[in-house]
Amino acid sequence: MAEITNTYVSEELYKKFGDAILSTDEPYGMLTVVVEVSSITSVVDWLKKHPVINAHFLTDICGTHFPQIPGKELCAIYHMQSMPNNYRIRLKCFVPITKPEVPSLTGLFPSANWMERETYDYYGIQFIGHPNLQRILNVDEMDYFPLRKEFPLEDGSRTDKDDKYFGR
Amino acid sequence: MSKEITIAEMPAGLEGPGFFATSLEKAIGLARANSIWPLPFATSCCGIEFMATMGSNYDLARFGSERISFSPRQADLLIVAGTIAKKMGPVLRQVYLQMAEPRWVISVGACASSGGIFDTYSVLQGIDKVIPVDVYVPGCPPRPEQILDGFMQIQELVKNESLRRRNSNEYKVMLGSYGIQ
Ligand code: SF4
Repeated sequence: MAEITNTYVSEELYKKFGDAILSTDEPYGMLTVVVEVSSITSVVDWLKKHPVINAHFLTDICGTHFPQIPGKELCAIYHMQSMPNNYRIRLKCFVPITKPEVPSLTGLFPSANWMERETYDYYGIQFIGHPNLQRILNVDEMDYFPLRKEFPLEDGSRTDKDDKYFGR
Repeated sequence: MSKEITIAEMPAGLEGPGFFATSLEKAIGLARANSIWPLPFATSCCGIEFMATMGSNYDLARFGSERISFSPRQADLLIVAGTIAKKMGPVLRQVYLQMAEPRWVISVGACASSGGIFDTYSVLQGIDKVIPVDVYVPGCPPRPEQILDGFMQIQELVKNESLRRRNSNEYKVMLGSYGIQ
């Protein structure tokens, strides 16, 4: 089997999806594609079923929060892999923090279920169509999304801490 | 090969030819202190140190604790060794509630005692936020010798506390502050 190259995959993607592909990049040699939110399910489905690319494995779903990019604060990131081709690809979907809605992939990959719950748990990204979108790792009573940048990493309930030992 | 056999020290009392009298409290304390059944609640790296403590080099069995109890209902001592995530807090509390009186708790390591290096939203900042603790063992992780020392402190407590302490008002108020009846 001929080796799959980033150029080949991005050309195929542009041919098929055109305007839904917003940009491509290759950090550290890994093809990273920014996709229109409305097309993410069809892109993932297409990559999964493509006879040559055959990216049949959804490795991970995660999120990022960059408050300095207005309208694109939150981002859902998908990693897919083709084991027969030893090829990996990354997809990104930017959404505004005021309406962080992304379609769920649970219909395509059952494994997306927990990964989407985790991303929701930490970033509050709503996966539309998810059968059971609730917290998975944090306590149920938590009332914020801890990896959003406005929330401090440190635990607020700690009373024994003296700032002067931390250079503050 | 001559073997040195050590036996527990005799409590203070009245001795004469053919009899020895001491208080019931002291006799029971002596028995309890040398037959503590620990329940290891080991969640992370400190748990590994606890395994070493149980192993032949350090041998917790020398203190009458070779019988590790994995059922809280039969355990006397809860050894909490490791990071307790907030999600684990209710589980830990439930285990404590299932233990019968008299019960003691030893908190092994910085994480169990104060959250340790994990000053973060997901980690309980010390198990004393959910259950009362008798002895804290500092260290990240503490050496088995330190855990043994903590264990001996528990033995001292067990030997010396009044049998009625657990009925005392003070004790009830302390448990009440944790919402435990
Ligand atoms: S105190 Fe240190 S060694 Fe013990 S559980 Fe925490 S991080 Fe691990």
